[in-house]
Amino acid sequence: MSGHSTYEPKNGFSRWLDQRLPVTRLVWDSFVDYPTPRNLNYWWTFGGILSLMLGVQIVSGIVLAMHYTPSASGAFASVEHIMRDVNYGWLIRYTHANGASMFFMAVYIHMLRGLYYGSFKPPREVLWLLGCVIYGLMMATAFMGYVLPWGQMSFHGAVVITNIIGAIPVIGGPILTWLQGGFAVDNATLNRFFSLHYLLPFMIAGVVVLHVWALHVVGQNNPTGIDPKSKVDTLPFTPYATVKDGFAMSVFLILFAVFVFYMPNSLGHADNYIEANPLVTPQHIVPEWYFLPFYAILRAVPDKVMGVVAMFGSIGVLFALPWLDTSKVRSMRYRPMAKLYFIILLVVCVTLGFCGAKLPDDQVIPGLETFKVMDSDLNSFVWLSRLATLYYFAYFLIITPLLGLIETPKPTPETIASPALSHPPTTPAGAAADAEKKG
Amino acid sequence: MADSAVHNTEAGDDPSRRDFIHIAAIAAAGGAVAAIAWPLISQMNPSADTLALASVEYDLTKIEPGQQVTINWRGKPLFIRYRTQAQIDEAVRDDSAQLKDPESDAQRHKPGKAQWLILVGSCTHLGCVPTVGGGEYGGWFCPCHGSVYDTSGRIRKGPAPKNLVVPEYAFLSDTKVKIG
Repeated sequence: MSGHSTYEPKNGFSRWLDQRLPVTRLVWDSFVDYPTPRNLNYWWTFGGILSLMLGVQIVSGIVLAMHYTPSASGAFASVEHIMRDVNYGWLIRYTHANGASMFFMAVYIHMLRGLYYGSFKPPREVLWLLGCVIYGLMMATAFMGYVLPWGQMSFHGAVVITNIIGAIPVIGGPILTWLQGGFAVDNATLNRFFSLHYLLPFMIAGVVVLHVWALHVVGQNNPTGIDPKSKVDTLPFTPYATVKDGFAMSVFLILFAVFVFYMPNSLGHADNYIEANPLVTPQHIVPEWYFLPFYAILRAVPDKVMGVVAMFGSIGVLFALPWLDTSKVRSMRYRPMAKLYFIILLVVCVTLGFCGAKLPDDQVIPGLETFKVMDSDLNSFVWLSRLATLYYFAYFLIITPLLGLIETPKPTPETIASPALSHPPTTPAGAAADAEKKG
Repeated sequence: MADSAVHNTEAGDDPSRRDFIHIAAIAAAGGAVAAIAWPLISQMNPSADTLALASVEYDLTKIEPGQQVTINWRGKPLFIRYRTQAQIDEAVRDDSAQLKDPESDAQRHKPGKAQWLILVGSCTHLGCVPTVGGGEYGGWFCPCHGSVYDTSGRIRKGPAPKNLVVPEYAFLSDTKVKIG
């Protein structure tokens, strides 16, 4: 997609700079003149929203680090100090805490969009892999950030997640001790988590640069999933995509503000306002909502090591997706069967999230007595998670490879412009002239 | 010296000599990277003061029958449970039950001190602190992922693979115990 540069320096200084560091040319080619498919819908605005959220998290985080004390004895008090004493500290902390949730909400929409419209298929495999790396880094960052307030949920969340490493046979124990910096989660653990929590967002930013670079090499996918064939299929990034992204960002920020100002603790857990106590685990320990589906998968498997394998596998399978999908048609718009299974996958993911928030032995249908299978009642959230986990893996490992071979896709349009324009152009030349008049 | 110089000009660049220099340079650089990486990795291991583990002494007269106290030992919770006769009987009876991590009750307490059960209070699944008296075996219930332990601290149900760990300890007298 990166064709010939159309940037022309307008004055002496920009000409001088362009010959020495063509940074303005880079911005012009990437974000002004860059051709985007003309049919991008609002699901395509989440990339921009995610960049914005990364910026929000980095800025609010740097400010919080100016007031936070990274020590087991001082962390909890310093967070309360931020909330009560620091000027606008409450605003900055609520922004950062809810920002993490908003960030994950946006990234899940972004990933599901890629899944639905086949954005991971050739030639966008590396783009997809980089996205998976970013998601992994995001999860590590979010987990370590959640430990920093040193509340009960922070502490016991850290205990549970670090002990996952301990499940690795033989070497797990020494690695766990190395990771925790002691024989239990303590001051050493908190300090290193703070250090890494500060580092990782910049690594994310680095991978985002690669992600955008890869995007601009292969070009954006679009709702039809077919490649742009001529100039009539595309529009310049500015003003079309910039304005659309800007509008979507504004709407997203309204939602963000609703959380920050009206329900700042709704996504958190009350127990995290109790200072960490290594001797008492909260009655009901749950991770943040964006980790609940993975937590449900972990609990669904009755074996410790296999539970951990399944949890990591549920993320690992995303990396393999470009090679698991056998369908030649990218967009599920033209794949009626795939669309059905995709919708079931959505329901399953939400179900897993729901199960992750419940006690494993609670009944799904209250009062219904059933029998026990594999040590657990059939009418329990454990069994619901098990069924959902099975579907999750089956979707990627069985359904996706098989569907591409057995389904008959609907006919895809010849060009992007033909379904996008209300009057399909009869000759490409006339259409190009039309588009230019509009622009 | 002169000989080798002459030899060098004749042979142009001697491949074996070049290879040796490459290998030596890469080996030296590799060694240097490893030497620098090791301290950077090792610093994350427990520091000297963390390793200087203290042992804990506890006066058992403070505990009533049926009661459990939780004390902090090496940053982890330690359970000292004064078992009632009924709880001991239950544990002994279950010696013959099907166990995931088979151990008899007698192996889990000091001889003649069946009433005192001393355990590391962290679930062998993912390290949460189990709640005393919970679960259908009257031992412990882990609220995190639903592991159930019996009155001997043996795993009976749920994802935990092992029994609750019995630490190293000794009775200093009938009423005083030293852990660690």
